[in-house]
Amino acid sequence: MNDMSQGNYTTADGRKIGSVLMEMKNITLRFGGVVAIKDISFDIHEGEIRAIIGPNGAGKSSMLNVISGFYVPSEGEVWFRGAKRPQMRPYQVAQQGIARTFQNIALFKGMSTLDNIMTGRMTMMKSGMAAQAMWWGKAEREESEHREAVEKIIDFLEIQAIRKTPVGRLPYGLQKRVELGRALAAEPKLLLLDEPMAGMNVEEKEDMSRFILDVNDEFGTTIALIEHDMGVVMDLSDRVVVMDYGKKIGDGTPDEVRNNQEVIDAYLGVSHD
Amino acid sequence: MPDQLLFAMEVTLNGLMAGVLYALVALGFVLIFKASGIFNYAQGVLALFAALTLVGLQEGQIPFAHLINAIFGTEVHHFGWHLPGIVAIALTVGVMVLLAIAIERFILKHLVNQEPIILFMATIGLAYFLEGLGDIMWGSDIKKLDVGLPQGISDTIDATTANWFGYGFFIDRLDIVATVIAALLVISLTLFSQYSKQGRALRAVADDHQAALSVGISLRFIWVLVWSIAGFVALVAGIMWGTKSGVQFSLSLIALKALPVLMLGGFTSIPGAIVGGLIIGVGEKLFEFAIGPMVGGATENWFAYVLALLFLVFRPQGLFGEKIIERV
Repeated sequence: MNDMSQGNYTTADGRKIGSVLMEMKNITLRFGGVVAIKDISFDIHEGEIRAIIGPNGAGKSSMLNVISGFYVPSEGEVWFRGAKRPQMRPYQVAQQGIARTFQNIALFKGMSTLDNIMTGRMTMMKSGMAAQAMWWGKAEREESEHREAVEKIIDFLEIQAIRKTPVGRLPYGLQKRVELGRALAAEPKLLLLDEPMAGMNVEEKEDMSRFILDVNDEFGTTIALIEHDMGVVMDLSDRVVVMDYGKKIGDGTPDEVRNNQEVIDAYLGVSHD
Repeated sequence: MPDQLLFAMEVTLNGLMAGVLYALVALGFVLIFKASGIFNYAQGVLALFAALTLVGLQEGQIPFAHLINAIFGTEVHHFGWHLPGIVAIALTVGVMVLLAIAIERFILKHLVNQEPIILFMATIGLAYFLEGLGDIMWGSDIKKLDVGLPQGISDTIDATTANWFGYGFFIDRLDIVATVIAALLVISLTLFSQYSKQGRALRAVADDHQAALSVGISLRFIWVLVWSIAGFVALVAGIMWGTKSGVQFSLSLIALKALPVLMLGGFTSIPGAIVGGLIIGVGEKLFEFAIGPMVGGATENWFAYVLALLFLVFRPQGLFGEKIIERV
């Protein structure tokens, strides 16, 4: 058995997992008097699929918002790629290579699928504003390069047919897929998925699971995801953090977590006497 | 050709030119609405403020002169220079950018993720603030604006049409210049918003703040950018209107004429602002020409609003506005 919390390890299906990419150290998050997250620490290794699970209101989304910079933790430190991260605005976090999706889809509804995914390339575009505005040489070349990368993602996610459709018109499952595409377009070092399968039917869930595994496999993208559906999480992820009432009650491989008494209690309920 | 028809043609042409001026003001509204979903009530005042600043800088007026004199008992009014038009315009653009930064810093920054109505109220406040500021900075007397744009009847057109039809058209050369400038503005703004990185970011911010943040777009930068562009468009509108009818505080009321233009063209479409402006410009001139005498004239005061009302009933998104998509 490898020591997972320290160095590299190899998963059950033989994938090599790299060193620590992101580390959350003693994170506490308060809103006024309410403690949403209480002194939680865990790490995410390069190349792994890390899940955060827990019942409703456990603080999972809050944790994701801390990672992506939407919330500033009241206490604790966020370490990314070996350095402590100073307090940052969400767009700066995105520029660092952390892309995300949202629980209730946040797409640009009036824009086409293609344009939506193109915005995902924002952080990769270098041309200055003058060049962009004038539409000269370099900017034009850059635009077509990015367009190519976006087309690859569109092929990968099998959404060629809706390339020009305003995303507001798409059914829910496809919108989720476009949102994943936009996050992928940034070629993120860490991809955060907030309930990627919420509200989906079985078939859509299977599709989405396949895409998540393929992203991890083909691009080697590190993924942290939040999910409600225990079955899906256990199949997808390499390691799982379990939260309940803002506290961490379990951390380990799916098997370890499944047999953790505290986790079973949290999920199935237990009588307090 | 019968005189009536020739006269109608002249009226139409003049209507088109007037429409361009309406469109210039409407354009400023569209830009800000597209980028932030805010209906910027202050757009008209922005044009006034830009024009006041331009005249003030050009004439070498000392800003806040009245205030300074009142407090310190001095008698300062002028720096004593007279700048060439182009230099004064460049300086005014700088002032408008500073103003955009200030608006972001002191207003918008504190209102992220608020309801559009709150932001709308904020722009009303801004409008009155700017009107007052313009007054204190540059004084409230009517000023003449002359940055060297050609003005008065175009003799060439007069002579040519007289030659062709035996009836000389009266076209103001300023209107021709305004048309050319408006066309250039619209073409460049459309290209910018559709095909550039910042343009895409701008549309993204308009659509969803959170999502824009998550793909690495700085809201603050985009807002400053948008308000700077809107300030620039306001300056262009201010120059045109100011040259035509002097820089006076009623300039801010041209914003009201932009409203029907927006309803026709759609709040979110740059070409729509232009087409809407032209339709209203031509429509009100022709209506006045054809129907006016029958109803006692002065139809120009209400024609645009009635037209806009009809559009609201039958096509609420305007001619070119984004279709309203609502999933249930």
